[in-house]
Amino acid sequence: MSVQAPPTSITTRIVRVQAFQILLVLIAIWVVFAILEGDRFATVGNMRLVAQNAAILAILGVGMTFVIITAGIDLSIGSVMVFSGVIGAKVMVAQGGDGWGTAWLGIAASVAAGLAWGLVNGVLVAKAKIPPLIVTLGTLGMALGLAQIITKGVDIREVPLVMQSKIGYGNAFGDVPMLAGIALVFLVVGGVVLHLTRFGRHTYAIGSNEEAARRVGLKVDRHLIAVYAISGGLAGVAGILSLAQFATTAIAGQSQTNLNVIAAVVIGGTSLFGGVGTIFGTVVGLFIPAVLQNGFIIVGIQPFWQQVAVGAVLIVAVYVDQLRRAAAQRGGRTNVLSRLRGRESTSNEE
Amino acid sequence: MSEQPILEARGLSRRFGHVTALDGADFDVRPGEVVALIGDNGAGKSTLVKALSGNLAVDSGEIRFDGKPVAIETPTVASGLGIETVYQDLALAPHLDPVANMFLGREVMRPGVLGALGFMDAKQMRVGAQEAFDLLGATVTDLNVPVGSMSGGQRQAIAIARAVHWANRVVFLDEPTAALGVRQTANVLDTIRRVRDHGVAVVFISHSMPHVIEVSDRVQVLRMGRRVATFETAQTSMEELVGAMTGVNGEAA
Repeated sequence: MSVQAPPTSITTRIVRVQAFQILLVLIAIWVVFAILEGDRFATVGNMRLVAQNAAILAILGVGMTFVIITAGIDLSIGSVMVFSGVIGAKVMVAQGGDGWGTAWLGIAASVAAGLAWGLVNGVLVAKAKIPPLIVTLGTLGMALGLAQIITKGVDIREVPLVMQSKIGYGNAFGDVPMLAGIALVFLVVGGVVLHLTRFGRHTYAIGSNEEAARRVGLKVDRHLIAVYAISGGLAGVAGILSLAQFATTAIAGQSQTNLNVIAAVVIGGTSLFGGVGTIFGTVVGLFIPAVLQNGFIIVGIQPFWQQVAVGAVLIVAVYVDQLRRAAAQRGGRTNVLSRLRGRESTSNEE
Repeated sequence: MSEQPILEARGLSRRFGHVTALDGADFDVRPGEVVALIGDNGAGKSTLVKALSGNLAVDSGEIRFDGKPVAIETPTVASGLGIETVYQDLALAPHLDPVANMFLGREVMRPGVLGALGFMDAKQMRVGAQEAFDLLGATVTDLNVPVGSMSGGQRQAIAIARAVHWANRVVFLDEPTAALGVRQTANVLDTIRRVRDHGVAVVFISHSMPHVIEVSDRVQVLRMGRRVATFETAQTSMEELVGAMTGVNGEAA
């Protein structure tokens, strides 16, 4: 039918992946800060801090990556996280005590609460066919409102000591914070499920072409419900971890969380149009804002610049994704650099 | 060719609001033959194919498979019977590679505990897909890139290879040559013959009368939601087919 072309080599495939290109950006940022303020920036202690701050977002990022790969979105995670934390805190206060028994009860309650919200999202998206943006915007408000009703707007600050000392500020091994260790477990499991299992394969297929997925007999509705439930359940995990870290339900503290996580996932190369994405990319996408924030503070630049920089990176990342998709639709290669160069040269000629 | 039909439709009807898409349509195909299904736009070809492949419920009528009445309610039921369909839009997932598309919904799992945990056997699927493409004579140049980045001909080849690989009784091909060049078309027609020679029934929907004459054993004509004529291809002509489609000759004769 056509001439046999040599199969794409592994190295070219890696270089073409957006996550890899973003990783280079991250490394560049890191090197710049290391050169400017190496003594204070490139230290174990400081990296520990960065990892600790990114850990909870990373757990949320795993769920969000799955959701966005199905061409969906989950705006509710910040609120669901708060709600779950409140439920967990309430249960632990009711139980009383500072030991593991109480802590595990709180963990279970929090995860169950998150899972329940995720199921609500999933059923409304898959069965009622309401756009995910609307569904999760609705549950964003509902979860936060209910959290405030339950607490009457006053943060709960009673958290078992063992949670604070072992999870919030403990170490998993060596100098690795427990929170980062837990996040790492979720990232690895999430990555393995996404890239090696049938569940992951179907997640990509549904995001790529839902109708085709239905026609080959995939249970699309059930799969979407599962994906939103995962996102909600992970928000529950994040809720209880946040409680362990800050020893407060921080009801007002998560209003930007959803957007930060979405930005990280998208910066990491997951396409909002579905069908494309990696957990690895999400991790890199999370560390760019985290390292920028940390580095700006150390270097003495107003940390507000971080928001400006992340916004710009986000727009560039989506622009690159657009170019890639346009190139793929023309049946061409997806080398973004040459595409950009091509643009420049044609505009010069004009 | 006096064999019993492998798949038979009797008096299928289906309305969409005020539009009658199928109006007591009959259809039959026997093992090891190519039946061309022709008709003007809106004659009900696609509706009939959807009904027979589990993608559309009918209001009334009966579908028989191997002589026995069956209810083909979902594509999964159709697949279970050995019926596969290549749609006009191909129904591929553009971001997945050819292997993933080939095995979508039928992934080969790793043996033992890993398989039970949902791990796929990538190597096995790769080998299976390569074999299927080779059997078809389809040169899929790269098994690692998304099918969305491939040419129309390659995508078509992948969709057909997938259907042929899984269909052991009946294959529906809805306009498989519409988007293809001369060489790819010849390739698809070759594939159709090869599949038929394996004893599989092929239903070929096309607007191209030369292709219909070239590849089919029988031709069935749909007009306004019902079968109006059946021809042995060897004993008919393009004029006769076009006449039956448009109803001009039908009225005169």
